[in-house]
Amino acid sequence: MEDSYYNPKDLKKFGDITEFQENLGKKFFDYYGEVFEEGALTKREKALIALAVSHTVQCPYCIDAYTTESLENGVSEEQMMEAVHVAAAIRGGSSLVHGVQMMNKVKDLSM
Amino acid sequence: MKSLQAEAHALSKPEVQLDIINSHNPTIEKLPKFGEKLKEIDLYPLKPTGIEIFQMNVGYMCNMTCKHCHVDAGPDRQEIMTKETFEYCLDALRGTEIHTVDLTGGAPEMNPHFRWFVEEVSKLGKHVIVRSNLTILTTNKFSDLPEFFKEHGVEVTCSLPFYSKFRTDKQRGEGTYDKSITALKRLNELGYGKEDSGLILNLVYNPVGAFLPGDQEQLKQQFKRELGRKHGIEFNDLFTITNLPISRFLKFLLMSGNLEDYMEKLITSFNPGAAQGVMCRNTISIGWDGRLFDCDFNQMLEMETDENTSQHIQDFDLASLNDREIKIDQHCFGCTAGAGSSCGGATV
Repeated sequence: MEDSYYNPKDLKKFGDITEFQENLGKKFFDYYGEVFEEGALTKREKALIALAVSHTVQCPYCIDAYTTESLENGVSEEQMMEAVHVAAAIRGGSSLVHGVQMMNKVKDLSM
Repeated sequence: MKSLQAEAHALSKPEVQLDIINSHNPTIEKLPKFGEKLKEIDLYPLKPTGIEIFQMNVGYMCNMTCKHCHVDAGPDRQEIMTKETFEYCLDALRGTEIHTVDLTGGAPEMNPHFRWFVEEVSKLGKHVIVRSNLTILTTNKFSDLPEFFKEHGVEVTCSLPFYSKFRTDKQRGEGTYDKSITALKRLNELGYGKEDSGLILNLVYNPVGAFLPGDQEQLKQQFKRELGRKHGIEFNDLFTITNLPISRFLKFLLMSGNLEDYMEKLITSFNPGAAQGVMCRNTISIGWDGRLFDCDFNQMLEMETDENTSQHIQDFDLASLNDREIKIDQHCFGCTAGAGSSCGGATV
């Protein structure tokens, strides 16, 4: 057994999830591959979105993968950090906007 | 920064480099071999499609010491092509249909016979490409070269690893980006990179780290947008080149702990289409001392052309060279990964 929940080498084993359930795993990877193909959005735009989302879901595998993908697609350090700030702003904002709910409740309960 | 050779670093030795990329540890040793991959697609032994490009490395001397340089070039390198060897090159070119002469280094401009040779080879009606590091064009001694290039219709292919100062300077040294921009503006002023001028200015992108280049066309558009927006710079094409795991880049891979992952990445990204189009199939590389190689990378690894063909420019025989077996090793995976890599960029 590993002595850590996360091992960077496990990222390369992602494809092995089909070992326990081939059909669903295969469907997922087919879908995943198609999502990241060039479409209405470029591969570069998709890499940056994925990078921001990776930080939101705090997945170390995804952060590794989409930092590399962003570098390969010519994204600069500044642009990558701005994408992370977008994720942080949404996360922070999503907490703060609930402050309105708190305020509503306070007002409901208060004299 | 000194060259690996001046430091007497073990990695300056080709046999050490080849040993590392073949068998540095059990993981690397178990990786598939390049020859096996070629056999799988019926491309072994690798043979030329016909030499069209005559790539001359006119010396390892350079005004820069870039961290990724596969030549291990720098101000301390003394290897330089003599006029006699240039003459042999002219003799070889006179008798062939080879249309393009590609001058590289080091900084090829620093060879004292550079201008004379460009004039002579232009008279033969050959297309001349110079691989410039750009910063050399901002030094006093070489500041008139852009005009010289224009006069002889030389195609300028220059290194600019990224459109940002941060990443460019990180790889090529402090101040490189600003000097490169100055040189590019000068070339633009003369018409280089401008539509319909006939003066070709291409950029070479290579990753600043242990990752592969992305889509060449998309990177070209990004460079055009960013360099145009920030500096008003124009250029014709952008060539993406993968860093091969040799020399200084190999040192970086070892020091940063990226060697295994990088080798695996190159090998898992093996593209049969890119293997069909590798540049060694239509190029011959001439070393500063006149020795012949299948490519500039093989030259740095001292892997001379096979012994059944010409091995020196004095004995240049196009027919036998076109029938030679190209020498390969694990570094070749760098040219076959993803969209492929060559001195002219992606190959698929």
